[in-house]
Amino acid sequence: MPWPKETKYLGKSTPRVEGPAKVSGRAKYTTDVAPAGVLFGVILRSAWPAARIKSINLDKARIAPGIKAAILAHDGEFVVHYYGEELAALAGTSRNAVLDALQLIEVDTEPQPFVVKELDAIKPDAPRVFAEKPNLGEVPTKDTGSIDDAFAQAAAVVENTFSTAIAIHHPMEPHSYAVAFEGDEMTAWASTQGIFSVRDGFARSLGLPQNKVRVICEHMGGGFGAKSSLGAEGRLCASLAQAAGAPVKLALTRFEQALAVGNRPSSFQKLKLAADADGKLTAFQMEGFGTPGFVASAPTAAGGSGVTLPMPYIYKPAATRVKQSGVAINAGASCAMRAPAHPPASFGMESILDQLAAKLGMDPLEIRLKNDPSEIRRREYEIGAEKFGWKQKYRKPGSGPGPVKVGVGCAGAAWMSGGRGTQAEAQIFADGTVEVRVGTQDLGTGSRTVVQVVAAEMLGIDPALITARVGDTRFPPSGTSGGSTTTASVSPAIYDLCENVVAELKKISGLEDPRSANWKQACAKVGPSPLAVTGRWHDGLSTGGACGVQFAEVEVDTETGFVKLRKILAVQDCGTVVNKLTCESQINGGVIMGIGYALYEQRVMDRRSGVVLNPNFETYKLPGIADIPDIEILLLDMPERGVIGVGEPCTIAAASAIANAVANALGVRVTSLPITPDKVLAALGQLPDTGVATALARDLDAAFAQVASAPASTLSPETVA
Amino acid sequence: MKRVSTSPTPSSASSLFSRRVSRRDFLRGLGTTAISAATLGAQGVASELAQANAEKVHGPGAVPVTLSVNGERRTFTIEPRVTLLEALRMNAGLTGAKEACDRATCGACTVLLDGDPVYACSVLAIEAQGAEIETIEGLTKSGELTRLQHAFIDKDGLQCGFCTPGFVLTLTALLRKNPHPTEAEIRRASAGNLCRCGSQPRIIAAALAAGGTETAAKATVIHFHDHALA
Repeated sequence: MPWPKETKYLGKSTPRVEGPAKVSGRAKYTTDVAPAGVLFGVILRSAWPAARIKSINLDKARIAPGIKAAILAHDGEFVVHYYGEELAALAGTSRNAVLDALQLIEVDTEPQPFVVKELDAIKPDAPRVFAEKPNLGEVPTKDTGSIDDAFAQAAAVVENTFSTAIAIHHPMEPHSYAVAFEGDEMTAWASTQGIFSVRDGFARSLGLPQNKVRVICEHMGGGFGAKSSLGAEGRLCASLAQAAGAPVKLALTRFEQALAVGNRPSSFQKLKLAADADGKLTAFQMEGFGTPGFVASAPTAAGGSGVTLPMPYIYKPAATRVKQSGVAINAGASCAMRAPAHPPASFGMESILDQLAAKLGMDPLEIRLKNDPSEIRRREYEIGAEKFGWKQKYRKPGSGPGPVKVGVGCAGAAWMSGGRGTQAEAQIFADGTVEVRVGTQDLGTGSRTVVQVVAAEMLGIDPALITARVGDTRFPPSGTSGGSTTTASVSPAIYDLCENVVAELKKISGLEDPRSANWKQACAKVGPSPLAVTGRWHDGLSTGGACGVQFAEVEVDTETGFVKLRKILAVQDCGTVVNKLTCESQINGGVIMGIGYALYEQRVMDRRSGVVLNPNFETYKLPGIADIPDIEILLLDMPERGVIGVGEPCTIAAASAIANAVANALGVRVTSLPITPDKVLAALGQLPDTGVATALARDLDAAFAQVASAPASTLSPETVA
Repeated sequence: MKRVSTSPTPSSASSLFSRRVSRRDFLRGLGTTAISAATLGAQGVASELAQANAEKVHGPGAVPVTLSVNGERRTFTIEPRVTLLEALRMNAGLTGAKEACDRATCGACTVLLDGDPVYACSVLAIEAQGAEIETIEGLTKSGELTRLQHAFIDKDGLQCGFCTPGFVLTLTALLRKNPHPTEAEIRRASAGNLCRCGSQPRIIAAALAAGGTETAAKATVIHFHDHALA
């Protein structure tokens, strides 16, 4: 890769440029914007998990004090599929005015049977989420090698059933929009991961020309996959603005965040893994399912929201048979969430692999070094093991003394990452300052600073001379920030831009090298109208296939079931590090989100009422500052690979490593995430038998049997790139 | 310690659906139930409720509310049910405090009330009268960032930044009372603030640095080719 070898800014630690605005409260997020005369929007949501909505009467609400617009989410009769689905929306002069008026809306409904638990929904006689098709979708099958022979000839075979709960993105900033029309021009402020996708969504849904819609996202408070495109709340906000003839802002509440704007699907995995006497994997079999919520239950080959898992994940046993599908329930739809499908896949695979190692009497590290096809990850394991002190810390499962047991575990991850089409433009001024514009957005990953660092490096100038502008569809286009692609898309575009700047400045100034020490002199020749230059992403400066491994050390109290994290070590392949400081922050963040997935986070549905029982932060537990262990990060620098995004790969292996560490501590395995104290005590046989576990096991067996016996579909499940 | 008062309206959660019960109706209903249940505890509750119901009624219309914000006295005409957070964001135009949960669980709305961090989403504006309110904007009135704010930037104690004003104010309050806090004290003081980006390790490092304690870097760059496979 042509990135410079000796660098002044690239790969160093540069504090983010928007830091001062963010620490002083000056940074403007979507709902901080107040166009003159702005109204408050609010959505009326279904209180029924399944119902035919016969009519909605907005008359009383429309004439309530302060109300300026009242609209329906759909015309005519329609069916709602989950508790929290959008029914209508109001705009008014204050939040209290619209909340008051919401109570005046009359809804005539015919409630219908519903089902909100996967194991209920998969039963043949369950209420159907969609009348016209069964809840269990098509069952894509992957079948390679002679699986039955491979199991028969194996030296060791292990089987187990794993499950993971639905997790919710819960960015700190709820989904929010503000929309203003001026003549036939529309401006929308959106908290989004994709300004262009939101613009196109508005144009499509409102029937507006694309060139009349502008979307701005100056700062946004996190997305993690849930803000990739225009949501129903955005469409309703714009429709309210049209109906009211005034600007409207609409921010969802935390409650709504838990119902209607996406989640990571659940997973149920029945796994079987075999190896020869040397510990080389020979066969893998899986039956699996999860729920993407109410959305059509058939998964696509691309997966999208991640209900089908890329199995057997990073390993390549010769014989594999994988049958999996999605099952629809009456709950909000899932969507991409930080490394869709990978954390649950990693959890299942890395857990069963440790189980196999235990059966063979092998060290978990040894079985990975023997079976991991990636040389990068094998090196990461060796480097990490040394730093972590694996040899000194590892003991046989459950062999630690005392009631508080210490254990260690490790796990690996792969992610596609990679860069894609992005354009950028710059104006070079006679005073030597530079303005770079690129239509990406900053999710908190520091994309402005990436622009600044790359431009400063390539032009050989002080970063303070460069102003980076992002988050406006009037800037040259860039893609949606998803798939860990932003830094790998933006950096090459800025590289190309700077090459063009240098070429142009050479011509204008006559200097052989207008960079660095000659910069001011070269720019002085620019004249009164600035030099305008463009650049675009091209191949050869970024790459994909990010590899990472993590190690975890935990203490488990066998009397209370409480898991305490002692240490996490993350070894992450980063290719060319662009900004060390913000890269590390992303890895901290990925590890911490993985901690939540491992130990705390789960959406809980109520079987009888069909509602989400924990739509708030008191009962949906995020990792708090007291829960964070010592996190150490090793950035594996491989400049020859170019820029690689790290935002998603770094969250994948955390939960698997923690789960393996818990199993190592206890000598028994908790097979379900999150690993809450009750599950630890149950695994230790310390909970009285109430019959619940037996009933659950019976339902699970029946569910897997249904997946196993379903006719194979022609779709192929996802595979790891 | 966070001072948290109860929300004046039912949670925003329940109010999105129909059949809302007002707080006054709720208290009245609860009052009779509590009195009829003649247990010792219930009697205590009942007398407290009777007292609460005997208080002067404000509203329901807008009333003048005078707040002392960042050293400046400002009067707004707002409904008594308006929260301090809403008054600051909507009426005072101070949008640094964020709304992220609206029920005193996340700390994004933290402001200082007489020097103590409070959840502004769960304090009524009228209750905050007479107190000195300090918002994130107040920290930089002189135009200079504080030592803690500099440390947040240098240590990258933020990513998306939505929780940042809350953390900065919570830790500002800590540092004023305890200029050299330990890591445990920092964790304890900011346990009422959530960050979803996972910047907690860096927030701790920033607060330690602002208190004069430099911590060792937690990340190392290693070079692939320096490490051959065993």
